[in-house]
Amino acid sequence: MSASLFVVQLFNGLQLGILLFLVAAGLTLVFGVMDFINLAHGVQYMLGAYLAVMAYGFTGTFFLSVLLALLASLLFGLLLELLVFRHLYGRDHLEQVLATFGIIMLLNQGVKLLWGAAPLNMPIPDLLSGSVPLMDGLRYPVYRFAIIATGVLVAAGLYLFVTSTRVGMLVRAGATNAAMVSALGVDIKRLFTVVFGFGAMLAGFAGVMVAPILSVEPGMGDQILILAFVVIVIGGIGSIRGAFLAAVLVGVIDTLGRSFMTDVLRFVLAPTTARVIGPALASMSIYLLMAVVLAIRPAGLFPAKGRA
Amino acid sequence: MPAAMRGIPAASPSAPRALSFDQRLAAGLFALLAFLPLLSRSIASSYLLLVGERAVIFAIAALSLELLIGAGGLVSFGHAAFLGIGAYAAGIVASHGLGTLCIALPAALTASAVFALATGAIAVRTRGVYFIMITLAFAQMAFFIATSLAPYGGDDGLSWPTRTMVLGRHILKDQLTFFYVCLALLIATYLGVGRLIASRFGRVLRGLKDNETRMQAIGFTPYLYRLTAYVIAGTLCGLAGFLLGNQAEFVSPAYMHWQRSGELIIMVLLGGTGTLYGPMLGALAFLLLEEALSRLTEHWKVILGPALVLTALFASGGIAGAIAACRRRREAAARAPLTLPRLVRHLLGAGLERSRSCRRAGRRLFLRPAHLCKRVAEKARAACAPAKMALGRGRQALASLAERGLKTTVERWWRR
Amino acid sequence: MKRAVLKLEALSKSFGALRVAEAIGLEVLAGETHAIIGPNGAGKTSLINQISGALAPDRGRIVFEDRDVTRMSVAARAHLGFARSFQITQVLPHFSALENVALAVQARSGSSFRFWQAAAGEAALNRAAVRSLDSVELAARADTPAGALSHGEKRRLEIAIALAQAPKLLLLDEPMAGAGIEETQRLVATLKTLKGRCTILLVEHDMQAVFALADRISVLVAGRIIASGEPQAVRANPTVRAAYLGEAT
Repeated sequence: MSASLFVVQLFNGLQLGILLFLVAAGLTLVFGVMDFINLAHGVQYMLGAYLAVMAYGFTGTFFLSVLLALLASLLFGLLLELLVFRHLYGRDHLEQVLATFGIIMLLNQGVKLLWGAAPLNMPIPDLLSGSVPLMDGLRYPVYRFAIIATGVLVAAGLYLFVTSTRVGMLVRAGATNAAMVSALGVDIKRLFTVVFGFGAMLAGFAGVMVAPILSVEPGMGDQILILAFVVIVIGGIGSIRGAFLAAVLVGVIDTLGRSFMTDVLRFVLAPTTARVIGPALASMSIYLLMAVVLAIRPAGLFPAKGRA
Repeated sequence: MPAAMRGIPAASPSAPRALSFDQRLAAGLFALLAFLPLLSRSIASSYLLLVGERAVIFAIAALSLELLIGAGGLVSFGHAAFLGIGAYAAGIVASHGLGTLCIALPAALTASAVFALATGAIAVRTRGVYFIMITLAFAQMAFFIATSLAPYGGDDGLSWPTRTMVLGRHILKDQLTFFYVCLALLIATYLGVGRLIASRFGRVLRGLKDNETRMQAIGFTPYLYRLTAYVIAGTLCGLAGFLLGNQAEFVSPAYMHWQRSGELIIMVLLGGTGTLYGPMLGALAFLLLEEALSRLTEHWKVILGPALVLTALFASGGIAGAIAACRRRREAAARAPLTLPRLVRHLLGAGLERSRSCRRAGRRLFLRPAHLCKRVAEKARAACAPAKMALGRGRQALASLAERGLKTTVERWWRR
Repeated sequence: MKRAVLKLEALSKSFGALRVAEAIGLEVLAGETHAIIGPNGAGKTSLINQISGALAPDRGRIVFEDRDVTRMSVAARAHLGFARSFQITQVLPHFSALENVALAVQARSGSSFRFWQAAAGEAALNRAAVRSLDSVELAARADTPAGALSHGEKRRLEIAIALAQAPKLLLLDEPMAGAGIEETQRLVATLKTLKGRCTILLVEHDMQAVFALADRISVLVAGRIIASGEPQAVRANPTVRAAYLGEAT
C-alpha cells in the first residue's frame, strides 16, 4: 500500500464516479420526472460502446466515431421511447420492470447475435494516448484524465442547463411534481421525450468514452446499471446534484475498497481471514453505504420531492 | 331492522382467493402435475420429470414472492437470495456429513429466516423503488459472500455429496419420490399461503397495500406486519432453495444473482399477480418457455425479451388476467355485436323457436324470406356501425390532407 | 364543569417561512361538538394533521385525557381513541364497504397476528361492521367495493369507519366537502345523533352545518385562533367578521 498507488486508485475512483454520474443522471431524471423505472438504461450504455466500435470500424477516426455513436445512441433511445416506454408512463412499476427487463434480455442477446460474444476493442486516439506525470514517479493515462475532464464539463453543463434554462426549469419542476406541471399546461409528452432522449444520450456517451479502455462485451451494462441505481438511491431520486455527489462517492469507495480493503483488514484480522473477507467486503462496500444512507435518510441525501 | 334481516356474508369480493374458479384451476394444475411422472415414463424421457421438478420448486418460490408482491405490495428484487441461502445452508451441512432432514431442513429455514429478519428490518422501513433497491443490494451482498466462501467452492459452487437423507435412508434419491415430495410441499404451500392471505394478518397486509394512510388511522402500524410477511416469504423461499439444491445436488452463487430475482418477478407477473394459481402457472410457463425456446435456438432470449415487453404492454394481468378477461367477455357475450356464426346460430334458434310456437298454435310455419332478410339487414347494419365510423374518420383525414397539405396534417396530428 | 378531553398547548408549526400554526391553544370538552372554522389557507387541515399525528409540531404539546400524546404515532393515537375522517376520502378501494369497516373493528378486537382463520368469516366483526354501516344508511351497499361507491357514499363510509373504532375523539376534516344538499343534510342528521355521546372536533366550511352542530366554535386565521366560544358570540365577533368578509365591513 503506497501513496502513489493510493493516488492512482483515487483518480480511478473519480473516473468511475464520473462515468456513473453520466449514467445515473439520465436514470434519476427519468425516474424523477416520469416515475419510470428504466432497467434498460444499462443496455443503453452498452449500446453506446458497441456503436462506437462499429462507427470506428467504418470511419477509422476516433472523434468522428464518438459523434456518430452519440447521435445513434440518441436516435435509438428515442426509438425505444416511442415504441415501448411511452406507453408505460403512469403504469404500475411492476409492468415497467417487466418491460425493461425484457428489453435487457433482447438487447443483450441481440448484441451477441450481431457482434458475437467475444469482447471487442477500440484503440485510444493518438491525441489522448500516453500518460502525464502526476507526482514523483507517478504517471496517469491521459485518456482517463480526458474522461474525468469531459465528465466534469458535462456535469457542469447539465447543472447549468437544469438551473438556468426554461426547459431545465420544467425538468426540475417535473421531477418535483409532474402532475402539477402537466396541469399548468406544459406539453408533458414532449418534456418526457426530451428528458428520456437526453438521458439515453448521456448513458450512450458514457459507453462511448469507455469503449477504448474497457472490453466491450454483452452484459457490460448490467453491473453499471446496479451501480447507477445505488447512486440514485443514495443521492436522492430526481436530483442531479445528489446524483453527482453520490456517483463520486460510490466510485471512489468502490475502487479504493477493491484495492485496499484486504490491506486495511490486515490491521485488525489475521492475514488469511483478511484475504477471505476482504474481497467480499470490498464488493459489498457500496451496498453497505446505501443501506446506511437509507437507514438515516430513507429518501436519499437530496431528494427532489422535498421533505415534508 | 334491515341489518338483522341481512345475512352476514361468509366471504367478501375483496378476498379473491375464496373464488372457487381459482381453486378449481389450481386443483386441475395439481392433478396435471401429479400425472407428469406417468407421462414422462410413457415417453421414456426422464428429462421431462426433471423439468417438472424445477417447475414445482420455482412455483413454491413464486408463491412466496406473490405473498410479498400481491398481498403486501412489496416488490422484492432480492428474493433469489433466499433460494441460494436455503441451498447453501443445506449444502454446507451436507458437505460436513450432516446431510439429514432433521439438520439440513431446519438449517435452511433458519438461515433464510434470520437473513430475512436482519435485512427486512431495514428494508421494510423504505417504500417503492427504495425498497426494490435495498432488497437488491442485500441480495448482492449475499451473492458476494457466497463467492468468497472458498472452502465451499466460492465462485464455482458447491457440489452436494448426496441428497438430504430422511431417517438415515436415501429416500429422496428416487426421482419419483422426490417429485411427489416437492409436489406435496407445493400443495401445502398453496393452501398455507391461501389461508394466510385470507386471515386477519393477510387482510391487514392487503389493506396496507391498498391505503396505508387509512390503515394507520384505524390503528395498524405497517412496519411489524410487513416485516412478518417478509420473514415468512423469505423462509418459504428458503424451503424452495433447499429443494432446489437437492434437485441439482449442487449450489452456486448464481442462484442468488439479481437476474434470478428478476426472473422470479417475471414468473409472478407472467402468471398474474393477485391470484394464487397465477404465479404457479407463471413459473411453469416460464420454465417451459425457457426449455422449448432454448431448443429452437441458442439466442432464445431474443424471442423471450420482446414477449415480456408485449406482455407488459398488452397483457399486464398475465395469464390469470387473460383468463379473467375471457370469463368477463363470456359473461357479457349477450351484449356483444353479432358476428356471422352467432347470426347463424341466432337465426337457427329463432327459427326453431318459431316452428315450435307455430306447431303449438297449430299453424303452419312460414319462413318468410323477406322478414328474415330484414332482420339480417338490421343486425348487419348494427355490426357494421363501428367499421363505418372508422371509415368516416379515414375519409375526413384524407380530405384534410388534400386540403391543407401533408405538413399541416402531420403537425396537427403531432400536436394531438 | 366538563373535563377537557383534548388540550392543545402553544402548538406551533412552520414550513420554512410559512407559519401554519402559531402558539395554538385549544380545549375540547368531553361530549361537545367543537367546530374549527376559518378562511382558506388558515391551517385547519394542518391542525387536524398535528392532532391526529400525521404531522409533527415544532413546538407545543397535545394532551389527550391528561396524557401527552405529542410524540405518539398515528396508529398509537388510534388505539387511544382517536378516529379521523379525511378531507380527501381515504378508503380501501379494493375492499368492500363491509370489510373497510370490519378492519376498523378488527383493529381494536384482539391481535391481528392470526394466520389461519379466515377474517372475512368472523361473525362478530361483521356484525359490528353492519351496525356501523346501518348508522350511516350504507348497509345496502355493504358488498360493493369501496372504490365503486359514489362520492357521498364514500364520505359516509369514512364516518362509518370512524364510528366503528368506538372513538373517544372524532376528528372530522371537512366531511361536507363536495357533498350535495341531500348528502349534507344526511350527514348533519347522522352527526346530530352522535352529539353528546362522542367528542367531536369538526373542521368545516359549510356554515349552516357548523351552526347546526357545534356547541362551541374556534376561528383559525393564518395559524392563530382569533376567537373561541359559543356560536352566537363568535358570529357577532367583529374580528371574525373582518377575517371572513375583509376589512372594509
